[in-house]
Amino acid sequence: MFHMIATGAEEPARLVDFDRDIRPILSDKCFTCHGPDEQKRVSGLRLDVRESAFEVRDGKTAIVPKDLIASVLHQRITSTDADQKMPPGDSGQELAEAEIQLLTRWIQEGAKWTEHWAFLRPEKHELPQLEDQQWCNNEIDHWVLENLHQENLKPSAEADQRTLIRRVTLDLTGLPPTPAEVEAFLTDNSPTVYEAVVDRLLASPRFGEHMAATWLDAARYADTSGYQNDGPRSMWRWRDWVIEAFNSNLPFDQFTVEQIAGDLLENASLNQRIATGFNRNHRGNSEGGIIAEEYQVEYVVDRVDTTTTVWLGLTMGCARCHDHKYDPIRQTEFYKVFAYFNNVPESGRALKEGNSPPMIRAPRPPEEERLRELDQQIQATESRIRELDKALRATQMAWESSVDAASEFDWSITDGLVNHLAFDLSLYDQARKVDSVFDVTSSPYSLGAVGHSIKFQNGSFISAGDTALFGYMDKFSIALWLRADDANGTLISRMTPAEEGAGYYLQLRDGLLQVNLINRWLDDAIRLESRQPLPPNEWCHVTMTYDGSRVARGVQVYVNGQPFEMNITLDRINQTFALPLETLRIGGGASPFRGAIDDVRIYNRDVSTGEAELIAVAQSISEILRIKPEMRTAAQQKKLTEHFILNHAAADIREAHLSLHKLRSERRVFEENLPTVMVMEEMLTPRKTHVLIRGQYDNPGEEVPPGVPAVFPPIPENVPNNRLGFARWLVSPQHPLTARVAANRIWQKYFGQGLVRTTEDFGSQGDRPSHPELLDWLAAEFMESGWNVKALHKLIVTSATYRQSSAISPELLRLDPDNRLLARGPRRRLPAEAIRDQALFLSGLLNEQRGGPSVNPYQPDGLWKEIATITDYPQSHGADLYRRSLYSFWKRTVAPPTMVTLDASSREACVVQRSRTNTPLQALALMNDVTFVEAARVFAQRMMMESGDDPARQISQAFVMATAREPRPEEVAILQRSYERNLTVFERNPETARQLIHSGEFAVNADLNPAKLAALTTVTSLILNLDEVVTKE
Amino acid sequence: MTILNDHLFAENRRHFFARGSQALGLAALAGLLQESKAADVPAGTPGLSDFPDLPVKAKRIIYMFQSGAPSQLDLFEHKPTLESMRGEELPDSVRQGQRLTGMTSGQKSFPIAPTKFKFKQYGASGAWLSELLPHTAKIADDLCFIKTMHTEAINHDPAITFVQTGAQQAGRPSLGSWLSYGLGSENSDLPAFVAMISGSGDQPLYDRLWGSGFLPTRYAGVKFRSLGDPVLYLSNPPGISSSVRRGMLDDLAAMNALKLKESGDPEISTRIAQYEMAYRMQTSVPELTDLSGEPASTFDLYGEDARKPGTFAWNCLMARRLCERGVRFVQMFHRGWDQHLELPRNITAQCKLTDQPTAALVLDLKQRGLLQDTLVVWGGEFGRAVYCQGKMTPDDYGRDHHPRCFSIWMTGAGIKPGTTIGETDDFSYNIVRDPVHVHDLNATLLHLAGVNHKKLTYKYQGRHFRLTDVHGEVIQAALS
Repeated sequence: MFHMIATGAEEPARLVDFDRDIRPILSDKCFTCHGPDEQKRVSGLRLDVRESAFEVRDGKTAIVPKDLIASVLHQRITSTDADQKMPPGDSGQELAEAEIQLLTRWIQEGAKWTEHWAFLRPEKHELPQLEDQQWCNNEIDHWVLENLHQENLKPSAEADQRTLIRRVTLDLTGLPPTPAEVEAFLTDNSPTVYEAVVDRLLASPRFGEHMAATWLDAARYADTSGYQNDGPRSMWRWRDWVIEAFNSNLPFDQFTVEQIAGDLLENASLNQRIATGFNRNHRGNSEGGIIAEEYQVEYVVDRVDTTTTVWLGLTMGCARCHDHKYDPIRQTEFYKVFAYFNNVPESGRALKEGNSPPMIRAPRPPEEERLRELDQQIQATESRIRELDKALRATQMAWESSVDAASEFDWSITDGLVNHLAFDLSLYDQARKVDSVFDVTSSPYSLGAVGHSIKFQNGSFISAGDTALFGYMDKFSIALWLRADDANGTLISRMTPAEEGAGYYLQLRDGLLQVNLINRWLDDAIRLESRQPLPPNEWCHVTMTYDGSRVARGVQVYVNGQPFEMNITLDRINQTFALPLETLRIGGGASPFRGAIDDVRIYNRDVSTGEAELIAVAQSISEILRIKPEMRTAAQQKKLTEHFILNHAAADIREAHLSLHKLRSERRVFEENLPTVMVMEEMLTPRKTHVLIRGQYDNPGEEVPPGVPAVFPPIPENVPNNRLGFARWLVSPQHPLTARVAANRIWQKYFGQGLVRTTEDFGSQGDRPSHPELLDWLAAEFMESGWNVKALHKLIVTSATYRQSSAISPELLRLDPDNRLLARGPRRRLPAEAIRDQALFLSGLLNEQRGGPSVNPYQPDGLWKEIATITDYPQSHGADLYRRSLYSFWKRTVAPPTMVTLDASSREACVVQRSRTNTPLQALALMNDVTFVEAARVFAQRMMMESGDDPARQISQAFVMATAREPRPEEVAILQRSYERNLTVFERNPETARQLIHSGEFAVNADLNPAKLAALTTVTSLILNLDEVVTKE
Repeated sequence: MTILNDHLFAENRRHFFARGSQALGLAALAGLLQESKAADVPAGTPGLSDFPDLPVKAKRIIYMFQSGAPSQLDLFEHKPTLESMRGEELPDSVRQGQRLTGMTSGQKSFPIAPTKFKFKQYGASGAWLSELLPHTAKIADDLCFIKTMHTEAINHDPAITFVQTGAQQAGRPSLGSWLSYGLGSENSDLPAFVAMISGSGDQPLYDRLWGSGFLPTRYAGVKFRSLGDPVLYLSNPPGISSSVRRGMLDDLAAMNALKLKESGDPEISTRIAQYEMAYRMQTSVPELTDLSGEPASTFDLYGEDARKPGTFAWNCLMARRLCERGVRFVQMFHRGWDQHLELPRNITAQCKLTDQPTAALVLDLKQRGLLQDTLVVWGGEFGRAVYCQGKMTPDDYGRDHHPRCFSIWMTGAGIKPGTTIGETDDFSYNIVRDPVHVHDLNATLLHLAGVNHKKLTYKYQGRHFRLTDVHGEVIQAALS
């Protein structure tokens, strides 16, 4: 079964097996021209399909069982004629002698053909009957042992109990066991003690955190959007969903359906919608000048690639530009799967800062609770106001009749008012109490909409100084009266004074009202234009509001107090339009305005629809009072009532209204600050999907409906043919791949490699499983268990196979250097996250707060700035420095350096298998990164505080904590000698001791002897660098 | 094939150390460890046994990448007929409906903006260069210009990623990591592949540009920094002297050797060796960046900027020093060429910073006899357009991205000096003769390094990936 064709080191007595021996050769050497790709196929011959390979074509047949002479394939691969020889010389492919022999023997033996193993449904084969089954703990071991027997090997002894508990604790939680846990395990003689430990670890919330880390790689999760700008985004609600899913042991089928199509489930819960963030974790491009359609296609391709890699173990992306060269996936089929993921109402151009639509607010339970509370309070206040309504009316009528009809006074909304220019024969800004900064070119006053107004002609405008500076994240409102003499001209602006200059401005263009928010014209700007022109030559009132949401929908326009219909002509602002060096101009900017303007009000918030209506009332309160109540407009009446409530009503009425206002603002602020998460959504009208010729976004071919590749079972009958149906199809019991791929990935987690080593490719170019029946058994068992994830983990870690010692005899090293036969336990360097988390854990620094926004642990200065220009790394302080590594802020273009050095994936694309290297840069990081130096010295401090005054005891205790075993005498000798030598150095140079023990921000215990602490720090640092400590043994 | 090689490589190590620990015994192993402290023990990473598969012309490559896309129209492309068309609309027959970026595709007008800089011919080869490059002009006869580079991407991120990794989307190994993977390292104290950054501007860079993609991370480029440690975490923490570190490392090695004896895992011996190499880097890198031994003439040549870490000039000098120490691939990135607006002012400033040290590096390599086996490449990710972006005045204009042609140059190992390849139309818009694709350039770089670009592959996701995808032809006309 275990087969060393590649090394040519064996002499198999077994028959040639097509699936094991032959298909890999045909796939790798022949399929490019004689495989699934129709366009590239030569002479009509397919060697991936039995019918074609055995078919008589022009009197010839490629493969004739047991007849080498008649088999053209054999003639050609053994030909000495360069023109005849296959593969042809220019293909870059060549058959090895061993491969030619295998093909030859296969034909001689009858050319038995079987389907590719991975496309057949996994079934539980009968367990092998073994003479000596005592070693076996569960079914896994039967398959492994049978295989070892065939290779004349024996399993290794069980690992030392200390090694075993450290191994399983690190494997299930990413953290080492405490000495107390080790002792408890050693002293408990119950036969089920190991199982009990496993159950305890599976129940620990650390389990979910540890498992999530791997899933984040697969899901290309990050805290930034990637590509050039790589601005921040907020997907941690999805990350926390994953942790919770593992901890609550969400069955893998639900885990699948919710992440792929949770939004399409009936009455989808908030959590089910959050889960769909999986397929929004791909990168998003916000670079200026990109063509949105191009990247919208890239996002869908990423979804297809990632989803099919993670669930199907298929390299579907190879069929983007042409039929798959090795696996039976047509290009059209790629686009059928593409169609499932192509209906998201999204733009190819991502927002530079924060999440890009579609997204939802995703309150956590306490936040949901707070929202409910606020809503209840709002309702209660509203009903209180209704109760007080009668009293309000009565007192207001009484007040109205009491007011002196001749008095002149007014009131308007002042909350957030930053500028108010009434133009009543002066340029005084009532909001700022200044009038000295104005620079009038020439602007005479005349009677206006409200008192006097100011007239603009011959290019005159008012420069109102450095005020009303707003940017793309700011809320603001501008209100003014105008009477236009001309169809064009800028009403108000803070901009570079040129047509389509940067900044914000309101203007008339051919009589239409325009709102412009511009960073760079055309590719970084918002423009809205009214559907109808403003009436010329008459006074009208305009209010525009912007809610800081960076989308055109965040702009509202009101004319004469009523919403005014606007067309969005540009909707892509990505950088701020605030121009600190320009001034606020009235009557000019992009082009001069001709006409009159009056009563300009600017607010630093977006006023509500109701407020916009009040601001547009031209009449003062006293003027309204002089109008008979039945003759007043609704707006006038509202303004009057508002004024009355705030200034003259009884305290209880006023308080109720004020309190409602306050509660509503509070709710809005609270809601706006809730975490959001990008999610999947379906457009009402599905986007049409076309085959893209050569994979190019601007080269559409035939239209295709959604569908799954024909090589697989069809979508189940009882599900819709949409993303939800696709998800249900993935986890349908007939599916040959999903369970195998998932089980293989879980296996990989423990043994460092899957039973199929090509975790990402189960196709014909992929690796053949080392133990096919075992993989099938695991897959079938996984499904039968109801996709019980924790049960599968438990099955593996309780197997005798897993529990073997990982020591390697020279013989095993020679026979099986990669441990494919599993005649020993796994020995692997820990993943990046576990190495850092363990160091923090041992030192006692680890802050086990779960979930929430990502944090910024130590990083060398300037790493972001030197390549990302603007942003500097905002390092956290205090407890946030010591969170588990999966909570570290992940910037894709400059990922946390030590993590990357230790082989973490960059999260730019889906990765289901990390490399595991051994480099000098890793040594430098573990020795010198302040993270590890600080951990070492706090670990040392802890030992001095917890283990008494004897350095020998402090050292051995540190060693025990880090390795779960007692040091041997020769180890004790080395460590103690090291301590004493360095102690002398530090005693002689107290300053160096002081420096070392001040590494990092954590407080130093001043009671401890600095030289001793420094010396012990060198020892704990050495311990944290030990191969044994950074390795799961 | 590559998996097999990787496997064999692991095998060799394992056999070596299996013999080391079992046959020779621990004492002998300790001797081995002692020996490994000597400078002559090969560390780093061996290459694949099949490579180099071609004659090695370039033992080293310095790639001076000019990030942001320098304007070929203002530096290299002499198009005298444009002046008579100043301000006229770019004819549709030239643009041919080709796509533009979102920054200018909505422009109502595409007025022709001839360069405001003067061009002259230089050297025996008569290469045309703009007045912005007086120093480059002096080495014109050493250079091979390619006027007809073209690419597929029109935005920075995908275009730079394409030049560096042969694909627009993230995830592929960079040029330098392919070379490290195929050819290994010749230096036991320094990485085989070093990246350095200079310049400023709107255009960020990304770790993936020197990353290893799907290759193991040990093949990634090591970024040499100007701030803090030149290599991350190179310095011992405050309070740990070099001798304390040496002692700790000896103790660590002794502990790990005990573990190796018990466990037999060859990975442990690799780890011991890596710690030793880390220690050697702690000496060799500061020696590398210590310029106190450089004579005054060096700074006359490169300019005074070469004393300031982080400048382009400093990086040029560092590139020479890295080459002297056998570092195979030096990837420089200089930012600040993205001149959409106010191009004349910005490009003048940019050339002031870069022209002298660029020429200095070539001259310096030449005078030291290194140029004959060092390949130097100068170029960006795409070109710039002949039509004006934004406001056009007699003195001012801007240029948008232009992927259909751009200019680069190469010199040194295996390159035919004093040549110009390719020709564009009168607008430097479309290629008239001898197009050279990014894949062709990358195929040529590998070729000169002794690698057939079609043979250096890595199997990932079932495919035998290579730097040049399924494309790329060596630029024969550029070869000496």
